[in-house]
Amino acid sequence: MVLAAAEDLSDPFEWPDAGVTRVPYRLFSDPEIYALEQQRIFRGPVWNYLCLEIDIPNPGDHKTTTVGEIPVVVTRDENGDVHAMVNRCAHKGALVCLKERGNSKTMTCVYHSWSYDLRGRLKGIAFRDGLNGKGGMPEDFDRDKHRLEPLRIEIICGLVFGTFSDETPSIESYLGEKMTASIRRNLGRPLKPLGMHSQIIHNNWKLYAENVRDSYHATLLHTFYTTFKINRLDMDGGIVMADDKWHHISFAKRKTLQESEEYQNANVHSAQYESKLDGPELLNTWDEYDDGITHSIQGIFPNLAIHSTLNSLAVRFFAPRGVDETELFWIYLGCEDDTEEQTNMRVMQGNLTGTAGLVSLEDGCINEFVQRGTRGSGDREAFIEMGGRDVEPSEASRATEVAIRGFWTGYRRIMGFA
Amino acid sequence: MVEAAPPIAPDSRVLIEDFLIDYAHAIDDGDLKRWPDFFTADGVYQIIPRESFDAGLPMGIMYCEGRGMMSDRVLALETANIFEPHTYCHILGRPRLNRDADGAFKARTNFNVFRTMQDGGGEMFAVGKYVDTIALEDGRPMLRDRRVVLESRRIDILLVFPL
Ligand SMILES: [Fe+2]
Repeated sequence: MVLAAAEDLSDPFEWPDAGVTRVPYRLFSDPEIYALEQQRIFRGPVWNYLCLEIDIPNPGDHKTTTVGEIPVVVTRDENGDVHAMVNRCAHKGALVCLKERGNSKTMTCVYHSWSYDLRGRLKGIAFRDGLNGKGGMPEDFDRDKHRLEPLRIEIICGLVFGTFSDETPSIESYLGEKMTASIRRNLGRPLKPLGMHSQIIHNNWKLYAENVRDSYHATLLHTFYTTFKINRLDMDGGIVMADDKWHHISFAKRKTLQESEEYQNANVHSAQYESKLDGPELLNTWDEYDDGITHSIQGIFPNLAIHSTLNSLAVRFFAPRGVDETELFWIYLGCEDDTEEQTNMRVMQGNLTGTAGLVSLEDGCINEFVQRGTRGSGDREAFIEMGGRDVEPSEASRATEVAIRGFWTGYRRIMGFA
Repeated sequence: MVEAAPPIAPDSRVLIEDFLIDYAHAIDDGDLKRWPDFFTADGVYQIIPRESFDAGLPMGIMYCEGRGMMSDRVLALETANIFEPHTYCHILGRPRLNRDADGAFKARTNFNVFRTMQDGGGEMFAVGKYVDTIALEDGRPMLRDRRVVLESRRIDILLVFPL
């Protein structure tokens, strides 16, 4: 199913009059809207996260990924330049790179042995001139007219982004000043991989995009945050937004905690869990940054997040795998000049997040609960007025859903949903 | 060349096999409070994808150093964490055993874990191998180090109970 514009939907979609304070549940379950997103968003004017530069450190390295559902391969050529292209042979459409990671001078489709250089240019065709003077390609076959479909790429702080659209502005203007500064703070130093895993969450990808922007839920659902005072709404913190609204940062400063009665009075289950750790080394930390921020999560439209919680640093990439399925990748990072003790602290704090995260494991199921809860209710809508109805940064409070309204503001714009 | 390992006495094998099975059954029966007791006081437990294990990367999916961190895990999952009720059923392969110079056992045991959700649906949840160092304390086997090396690094929904 290829849909190009909102008018192509067989059942016209109209955003409710109340704007982004309402989100129709149909957006999470309609296969036509999902198909339209593939064109308007993932093939559209956005920067898609592809991989890290350290995934492909050497000439000849490649790493496969997906942009929306489109298979993509990222390569590093013999000069050290990075390229990205659709992992689809120009002949019959088979995958060209089968291995997720590898190193080679050329890429050859196993089906009919068409081979490509690391820029995706067609170099060789088996039996081009036929055999014994018979068969082969037509006389006017022009090798240069066939290549792997390229994506334009840009790299910032070791993050490789790709776009299909000529209209996408430079990565820094796409992100804006504040988002760029935060990426530089977290990732603007030589990085090393610490480990990676993924999880399948049974929900539409946009529910996870909302979830990372949902500063309201974080300390209510995630008991561990609250109890161990890692992240609470009674710490100094706020929501920073890009001018385009669709990217955000939620941050907190742990040392500024002023315990508020609301956590007890609201009978919040997350504040009822009284515990001292038997293994307190779990929360050993060091002051890594001089801005006082001990927790930040940044959402980059469409499907990327970067978290820096205490000293745990990770890229989260959530790839749509169908209208109601998403694969969430946890890519943990350290810095090259970390001491052994610092690496150990990052590893220990790895227990907080990920698919088994003491803090975050609930997010593996909570979005599925929404997916299931809204089944059969495509014509009903979510109510998103916490913190008001505006879509302006909330630099002093995170008891707000403003970053979610920001996501939907950008989503409406790019989808052409008036 | 593979060096011939010293033979494992049959009663030692039975002791270790029963221990490995008891561990799995404790988790399957929901008796998670017992889980830390299968480890030495400073025992190490890690769930790690095979890719990371083979590449020597330090970070996996769950990591505990010492029984204290393990009981923190159990307390958290029993009182704090939120998830849909489910149970595990571990199926263990026959362990390959070797003896360390200091008398500890090295064991590798393949496993499957089936997970059953509250709606009654069950499916294969995890496949991999245990790579263990098992010490004898007062004649009782105790895990000094257990690496749960997952072939399946793409976890369905979430992982809350240890494997
Ligand atoms: Fe969450």
